[in-house]
Amino acid sequence: MRFMMIVIPKGYESAPPGTIPSAEAVAKMMEYNRSLQKAGVLLALDGLLPPSTGARISYTGGKATVTDGPFAEAKEVIGGYWIIQVRSREEAIEWARRAPMGNNEIIEVRQIQEMSDFPEDVQKAAEGFENLTKTSAVKA
Amino acid sequence: MSNIHQTIEAVWKIESTRLIAGIARVTRDVGLAEELAQDALVAALEQWPEEGIPEKPAAWLMTAAKRRAIDYLRRGQMLDQKHGEIAREVEFQQQRLSEALDIALDQVIDDDVLRLIFTACHPVLAIEGRVALTLRLICGLTTVEIARAFLVPEKTLGQRIFRAKRTLSEAHVPFETPRGDELRRRVESVLSVVYLIFNEGYTATSGEEWMRVALCDDALRLGRILVELLPGESEVHGLLALMELQASRTAARRGRDGQAILLLEQDRSLWDYAQIRRGITALDQAKKLGGGAGNYALQAAIAACHARARTPQETNWEQIVLLYDALLQISPSPIVALNRAVAVGMERGPAAGLAELDTLSAEPALAGYHLLPSIRGDLLLKLGRFTEAREEIQRAIDMTQNSREKELLMDRLERFSL
Repeated sequence: MRFMMIVIPKGYESAPPGTIPSAEAVAKMMEYNRSLQKAGVLLALDGLLPPSTGARISYTGGKATVTDGPFAEAKEVIGGYWIIQVRSREEAIEWARRAPMGNNEIIEVRQIQEMSDFPEDVQKAAEGFENLTKTSAVKA
Repeated sequence: MSNIHQTIEAVWKIESTRLIAGIARVTRDVGLAEELAQDALVAALEQWPEEGIPEKPAAWLMTAAKRRAIDYLRRGQMLDQKHGEIAREVEFQQQRLSEALDIALDQVIDDDVLRLIFTACHPVLAIEGRVALTLRLICGLTTVEIARAFLVPEKTLGQRIFRAKRTLSEAHVPFETPRGDELRRRVESVLSVVYLIFNEGYTATSGEEWMRVALCDDALRLGRILVELLPGESEVHGLLALMELQASRTAARRGRDGQAILLLEQDRSLWDYAQIRRGITALDQAKKLGGGAGNYALQAAIAACHARARTPQETNWEQIVLLYDALLQISPSPIVALNRAVAVGMERGPAAGLAELDTLSAEPALAGYHLLPSIRGDLLLKLGRFTEAREEIQRAIDMTQNSREKELLMDRLERFSL
């Protein structure tokens, strides 16, 4: 089973554009990333630029409204993620416990939904889902 | 809150390999190292539910294992202690062992893990022993889990592991990474064990057999670990590529009722394209290392030809025939030749395929193999020779033991009888 470990870094909601983690923090994180890789569980990982460079699009009454970051009302924002393949929810939690996070930081562990988790009618409606990433994924 | 036993189990799955590898560096005996590590696990199961999970569970297990190792040494030497001389020697040894374990467990190096893998897959062991030990020592599976995955009684599996450990100890298999020509041979043994584990999971037929299906994930994990430990070995990348590419089709291989769906009839939208991308990356790495013509890399390249085709019609059969030619050169096998004949039939038409196939009909290894008449029937069907086709498919039905395959063939027979 696959899990996403979502990083919610403290203070990232108000971090100015161009905020970059220290070399020391990156080095620690790389050590952790390597341990995931060496254990053969790591499938993907990425870090995200601060929300101050992003935008939120909210939908009310069929209308989409764009708000540029930073988002004053947001208390928790995503800073990055890992996707890991493990045997159980507990194993995913154990990997998250080992991450070099700072004080008050949070990792949320969530299982990735597999097509087989859906009932039949939903599977039918989702037909072609994997196709969505097909063109970009495979080049001859 | 998760059940504490499940948490301990998860910690064990993450830490056990490095723990066993670190202890084995000092004891030089994999069986003993595993027992000592197991003792540490038992201690954790006793103490953690009471005291809570330690801050650093890995370090806790290491310390517990070290204590057990020293106890073991003390018990082992007790008999001789009537001589003061020897007592002093024992004390010295204990201290040395303690220090060695401190160093070893403080920093388990990747080489230890690699040595552990080479030892578990040592050719001195029967293949089932290699598979069981690998799953136990490298994947952290319990005897019960392995027994359930391989559909054998727990007792049988326990004996298999016991025998394997004894064989290693009796044969004085050194805890080391082989070098030179020996390395190539031993890598081959490791890869065949991993691929066997993968196939065991891949041939499992239904979702209920999740214990077996999970073997695919275990094999993939082993493949990824090996790529890290032996980055310069092209066939390691080739095998990882092959497994990723095959596993990418998992969701499409079975219909709603669990029936098998052949490659060309699969709904390609169900293939896992992120996994295909990982497979192709691994295949590129194998080629970059000059191993494009390796056994696993060639099989992966064939799988990649299918993965790259958006529809069955887009399949590059010419390329596939060439890859089968290369595969036949390095590992001639009637099964590979059979697959090649199918590819020829797709590339140059059913008559050419049939001609290829008929060169194999005298092959003793294929006598009684249901795929031969099944494929023959298919080609005859395409040529419009219905009576012969029907006979061949009926022959295939009579030959196969697998009920799912049988269903598939009966279905085909019915479809064109209408």
